[in-house]
Amino acid sequence: MTTQNKTSRREFLKISSMTGGGLLLGFSWFSADAGAPVIINKTNFVGELGFNSYLSIGTDGTITIFSPNPELGQNIMTSFPMIVAEELDADWTKVKVVQAPLDTVKFERQVTGGSGAIPHSWKRLRTAGATARYLLIAAAAKRWNVDAAECTASNGFVLHEKSGNKLGYGELAEEASKLTAPTTVPLKNRKDFKIIGSAVRNVENKNILTGKGVFGLDFHREGMVIAMIQRPPAFGTKIKSVDAEAAKAMPGIIDVVTFKNYVAVVGKTTWEIMKARKAVNVEYEKDGNIESTADHDQLFTSLLNSDKPQQRRKDGDVDAAFKSAAKVLSSEYQCPFIPHNPMEPMNFFADVRADGVELVGPTQVPASTRTAVSKMLNIPEDKITLNITRLGGGFGRRLKTDFALEAAELSSIIKKPVKLIWSREDDMMGGSYRPAVRYRFEAALDAQGNLIGYKLRGVGINLNNSTREDNFPSGAVDNLLIDSVEHISPITTGPWRAPVTNFLAFAEQSFLDEVASAAGKDPVQFRLELLQKARTKPVGAIKYNIDRMETVIKTAAEKAGWGTKKGVSQGFSVYFSHASYVAQVCDVEMKAGKPVVKKIYAVSDCGEVINKSGALQQVMGAIVDGYGHAMYGRLTFKDGAPVQKNFGEYRLIRMKEIPEIEAHFVDNGIDPTGLGEPALPPTGGAVANALFKATGKRLKNQPFIEEPLFKPTKAF
Amino acid sequence: MPVFNLQINGKEYKTDVAADTPLLWVLRDHLGLVGTKYGCGVAQCGACTVLLDGNAVRACTFPVSAIKTAKVITIEGLSENGDHPVQQAWDEVDVPQCGYCQAGQIMTAAAFLKKKPKPTMQEIDEAMHPNICRCGAYHRIREAVKLASTKI
Repeated sequence: MTTQNKTSRREFLKISSMTGGGLLLGFSWFSADAGAPVIINKTNFVGELGFNSYLSIGTDGTITIFSPNPELGQNIMTSFPMIVAEELDADWTKVKVVQAPLDTVKFERQVTGGSGAIPHSWKRLRTAGATARYLLIAAAAKRWNVDAAECTASNGFVLHEKSGNKLGYGELAEEASKLTAPTTVPLKNRKDFKIIGSAVRNVENKNILTGKGVFGLDFHREGMVIAMIQRPPAFGTKIKSVDAEAAKAMPGIIDVVTFKNYVAVVGKTTWEIMKARKAVNVEYEKDGNIESTADHDQLFTSLLNSDKPQQRRKDGDVDAAFKSAAKVLSSEYQCPFIPHNPMEPMNFFADVRADGVELVGPTQVPASTRTAVSKMLNIPEDKITLNITRLGGGFGRRLKTDFALEAAELSSIIKKPVKLIWSREDDMMGGSYRPAVRYRFEAALDAQGNLIGYKLRGVGINLNNSTREDNFPSGAVDNLLIDSVEHISPITTGPWRAPVTNFLAFAEQSFLDEVASAAGKDPVQFRLELLQKARTKPVGAIKYNIDRMETVIKTAAEKAGWGTKKGVSQGFSVYFSHASYVAQVCDVEMKAGKPVVKKIYAVSDCGEVINKSGALQQVMGAIVDGYGHAMYGRLTFKDGAPVQKNFGEYRLIRMKEIPEIEAHFVDNGIDPTGLGEPALPPTGGAVANALFKATGKRLKNQPFIEEPLFKPTKAF
Repeated sequence: MPVFNLQINGKEYKTDVAADTPLLWVLRDHLGLVGTKYGCGVAQCGACTVLLDGNAVRACTFPVSAIKTAKVITIEGLSENGDHPVQQAWDEVDVPQCGYCQAGQIMTAAAFLKKKPKPTMQEIDEAMHPNICRCGAYHRIREAVKLASTKI
């Protein structure tokens, strides 16, 4: 059966392969068993190729690449094509990138999340580029009647040095499309990389900088209506009664519709709807636990002492180690809830018609969105199309499908195409938060200051496992126990950039600093000793690579001049997440008796750096994000309702508050790993450890700004 | 509803809206100029910044009735071909990550540099402090403002 989506996709293919001529190569970015790229031609493109992207080379030399992944600032639309262009020896200025729609037949992992796209696609993208290059060279060799081995490719041309012949890719594309694609092709040696590892500007800069409507909120369809939804202001409540008569009579209002726990105000323009919302009277009643931040604080204390924890990892005999210890430390760390706050609030367009459903909007998970809409409306997936707009940030929030479901359900009720818009207040009060967590760490040291016992208990809200049990320092401690306890809350939670580790890393790296101090050891040296122990006398399975972690630690210490600076207090932190390693050093200076976070050094090992410019953006942005939220981020609840509702009360980091950042990368040529998240987890720990060094005050709770150290009235 | 005659990006527009309608929604919903972004609606984030007679204002709280004869410039009208020195600098420094806040950042920087063509780093920080970038592209925003100041 031909679906709407497939039809439109095939139409695109027809246009590119028929009218333009040239070479059209299908390849898979995601499928592990997809094999070599295949030339798409009249005979095979009507069938199911199993390929999810297309590299086309037009007769004018233009190279077009479909980008399947949602783009939210991780710069995938630039870095993916760079990899293809490298192996293709393309002229980068002739590469065009087109955002692909959702197509679950062709795409296997059309998702943005988990810093996973680059490691997944690295080899496949290279093979696609190399295959096209091979075919272009073969076409040129055939035309010149020379051995292909005598030809080379460079910057969009095939060259034959002996004869001085030279042809552009556009001139060869048609002939190349008639050859058989090889099943294997050699890939470049990294020393020959010209595009990979260079700094390439975002391919969407022009659109963004001139205000083109590329985001979901900018989408417009003739005849569509706009809607906003009044949701329960407190978690654990439901609608009791709705009086919308006054609102319905207001100018520009088409209807007010109540469904589930929603009151949707439908109208012609956003402002008229915003005004009418205020005239809707909704009464709510209790429908579950009504929780406040104060309740969570108490709850954490009792759950830390639970006798029914979920054991995550156990090595050796912890009880014996703690009994025999010369010194025992115990420390608790806690973070609050935080919203994602992407700059573009949630929104989605839906048009539910008798013959099918059209969805358009910013989502990190187009496929699950379609599946969820299909289930909810009982409409087969092949009757639903989904186009992905650019995302004005995500940070994990758009991994949820709630806003798209609301739009689809509303459209099915009012039988109109509708663009659903969340206000900032809706966005901040609408849930799916990074949940509050408390950790208790315990350490046992022997008389020589060796770490002989280690315990961690994580108490989380709606977090099945608030620990990462196989991360450092697991493997380096003979006696270790990691467990967790969970509380289920009606406050909705979800993944937030570097889920779990965004706070766990702070707590763990701060505690290791406490342990180093108690053992009378330098924090860097202490970590290196633990790694050495994991190397020589490993305990149990570990997920991190000892050499790579050691390298980022040593490099960061060297770049930051660890222990060599006068008048500067330094803090250290290192973390492994999303398959990458990042070590950070923070410099704090005292000014008029106050600590000032001056600078953060970061050394990242994400393997091969694809785009120097994009990689720096990810690292620097993640550090600003990690520092900003450690310093200021805090969402509190009173009787189930979020207290902070907009940027007036909820503080995000701004220009004057950012420290200097110096970012370095380990150049090891290992296949690339993720970078959207890994630089965030270490930041809070590096900062807190430096602040401790500078002031003697140990920060154990986030946000730091609430701590006495930063209270303007209290001297220290 | 009253009719307002607006001069936006050098063109005349007529719009029939309630007097309290913020300029942001007039631009986005009525005139199809969606380059100006909605971020908070309470003048806290700066995503909606436009120029009003050369001054940076927050369009999300600026009622259409208060514009009167002032000339409005939005990101779409900052330059003919996207080559205003600030836009050029933003591209050269490769500022955008998600890009959503950048129109507001650029308009803020353009207004600031008009008044202060050769600013110090501290003055740049002061001027850009009111605009939030959730991706944390502040270092490059700062660098781009400085670079733009050499082009003006």
